[in-house]
Amino acid sequence: MWDYSEKVKEHFYNPKNAGAVADANGVGDVGSISCGDALRLTLKVDPETEIILDAGFQTFGCGSAIASSSALTEMVKGKTLDEALLISNQDIADFLDGLPPEKMHCSVMGREALQAAVANYRGEEWSDDHEEGALVCKCFAIDEVMVRDTIKANNLSSVEEVTNYTKAGGGCSSCHEAIENLLTEEMAARGETFVPAASGKKKAKKVEKKKPDLVEIEAPVAKPAAASAGLTLVQRIRKIEDVLEAMRPALRADNGDVELVDVDGKTVYVNLVGACSGCQMAAMTLGGIQQKLIEAMGEFIKVIPASERPAA
Amino acid sequence: MSDIYLDNNATTKVDPAIVEAMLPFFTEQFGNPSSLHSFGNKVGMALKKARGQVQKILGAEHDSEIIFTSCGSESDSTAILSALKANPERKEIITTVVEHPAVLNLCEYLETEGYTVHKLKVDSKGRLDLDEYAKLLSDDVAVVSVMWANNETGTIFPVEKMAEMADEAGVLFHTDAVQAVGKIPMNLQDTAIHMLSLSGHKLHAPKGVGVLYLKRGTRFRPLLRGGHQERGRRAGTENSASIIGLGLACEQAMEHMEFENVQVKAMRDRLQEGILAAVPNAFPTGDVDNRLPNTLNIAFEYIEGEAILLLMNKMGIAASSGSACTSGSLEPSHVMKAMGIPYTAAHGTVRFSLSRYNTMEEIERVIEAVPPIVAKLRKLSPYWGENGPVENPEQAFAPVYA
Ligand SMILES: Cc1ncc(COP(=O)(O)O)c(C=O)c1O
Ligand code: FES
Repeated sequence: MWDYSEKVKEHFYNPKNAGAVADANGVGDVGSISCGDALRLTLKVDPETEIILDAGFQTFGCGSAIASSSALTEMVKGKTLDEALLISNQDIADFLDGLPPEKMHCSVMGREALQAAVANYRGEEWSDDHEEGALVCKCFAIDEVMVRDTIKANNLSSVEEVTNYTKAGGGCSSCHEAIENLLTEEMAARGETFVPAASGKKKAKKVEKKKPDLVEIEAPVAKPAAASAGLTLVQRIRKIEDVLEAMRPALRADNGDVELVDVDGKTVYVNLVGACSGCQMAAMTLGGIQQKLIEAMGEFIKVIPASERPAA
Repeated sequence: MSDIYLDNNATTKVDPAIVEAMLPFFTEQFGNPSSLHSFGNKVGMALKKARGQVQKILGAEHDSEIIFTSCGSESDSTAILSALKANPERKEIITTVVEHPAVLNLCEYLETEGYTVHKLKVDSKGRLDLDEYAKLLSDDVAVVSVMWANNETGTIFPVEKMAEMADEAGVLFHTDAVQAVGKIPMNLQDTAIHMLSLSGHKLHAPKGVGVLYLKRGTRFRPLLRGGHQERGRRAGTENSASIIGLGLACEQAMEHMEFENVQVKAMRDRLQEGILAAVPNAFPTGDVDNRLPNTLNIAFEYIEGEAILLLMNKMGIAASSGSACTSGSLEPSHVMKAMGIPYTAAHGTVRFSLSRYNTMEEIERVIEAVPPIVAKLRKLSPYWGENGPVENPEQAFAPVYA
């Protein structure tokens, strides 16, 4: 069965803080019984200091869901609400010495319950359009919803592009058939036909040529798209920096940050730092930055990790 | 206390006598059965004996109707793909919604290749509607593939009757009998079943060996072409040691057929009664009056199957679950969904599958162990109150998103 760490087992067999806190003033419910996991987090918060005095969980779910819930309650106790909100799902997974990729969603559920409980305490509305699909790529824990959304948002048309944007398919490659099927469906939905690479080998020359002109990786700077036409390179870079600056608070909430490395035509190279880098959310973060940039610049922009920048 | 293995529908222990019988075929009897010299010749004789043993448990008319393969899945794929190849003008397949992935995933793939796949629905007890089936049989159907017994619930399908209906309509009939062979007596020569799959590791033979039964005269197109092994119907040098093990396993299964259907069944029935007497909000799934003698599938409401399994595992009890989390998917088992098991219970199904190696004493230990496990998890569940499920769980629990 699953390769659970000792820490996961410990928190599953002997969960901490099980049950509802008696006089809770913050309650967060996420998930549902039909989805297979659900978590209610109850917090007792000191109104003066906003310190979490006590935390309890009630969970319907598998071993790692229960372990993640238990870990979460241990992690938040004694923290202020603002400190607690800095806990990312990766932190929960790390606290447990890791979770199998199929189970990362359990830690995501923990983080969401925390956000919901804090919002409830503060009398705010918390909503999440978070949706989950079946796991497509096990190597990078990327699910179907994320692959589909990324294909749609960026008009992707090859497995290679999907890998660049989401990481899915960048490991053992056994998920390529599934990615091709998603490409076929999503491209059909926008009236195109998916043309697979003949041998499946990366960077086959022919495929490069067949790529639809939607993805202009090497568009020269001299030909800026309509909306940002007229901008000098420096102005463009400033505008890009502004967009990144606006996104920083959200990234920092996840203990991460982003750094602009280079701009080459429509390709923007960035460095993700802190908790963002390397974690499975990185791909999503890149996608998010790209979308914001496209909106702000009014032209197609491709965001690529600086590590994949061709050597000058 | 030794561990208790109640996951025999997943795989079984190889009987020590079978291991014993296999060993010489790795050492002194290593020859290739196709060879003329005496190294190979003796192996050839042993394979012939094994073929006869399989023939006997299936009640096949000829031993040449037995084709050895590498597993149940290969047998399933060979049967279905052969039928399609042999009848290129027929573009429809009839199967059921509760088949094993060995059949279902293949059929789903074939749909993308332009075939129409009709999946027969099941009712809340997992039973088929033969009227629906009769209406679908036509000259456009290349093959019907219906499992003899379901691996999750043990529910038995009326395949003999369905094969007759197919035969009358001039349609090939295949059954995945991987769970049925050795537990249900069969006599294929008296049936209209054209093809049948079995898998060694479900009846105390090793993993990685299977059989496709092919009724004489059935049109056939091999999956693996090459050497002349299996009369050219399945190329590849025989897995002789495993085949010999499978032969002996079939012989043993024949000898224990009555034990399986009396003693093993009695243990299963006791397990069901013992657990249900002690655990509220739990019920058996499937067609309980018409199921394999060794299989019991219980749905425990308001808790999740993987958590149950982990706690049972800690107490040395092995079983399995149709919960989404055990498979890494987000959906509970397709079999539970097909039967319309309510969502409050579908994630909490546990399959106990017994074998002749279990004892009544073990069963009593399991009956002791399970109720506290269920109670412990229910205590953690937001859907369970002091003494029972919370009223109207969806309202009591108000998630921001669902
Ligand atoms: C009904 C059924 N069909 C097919 C199979 C696959 O058999 P094998 O593992 O030998 O490929 C199984 C085993 O899980 C099964 O239960
Ligand atoms: S599963 Fe996607 S690369 Fe390995």
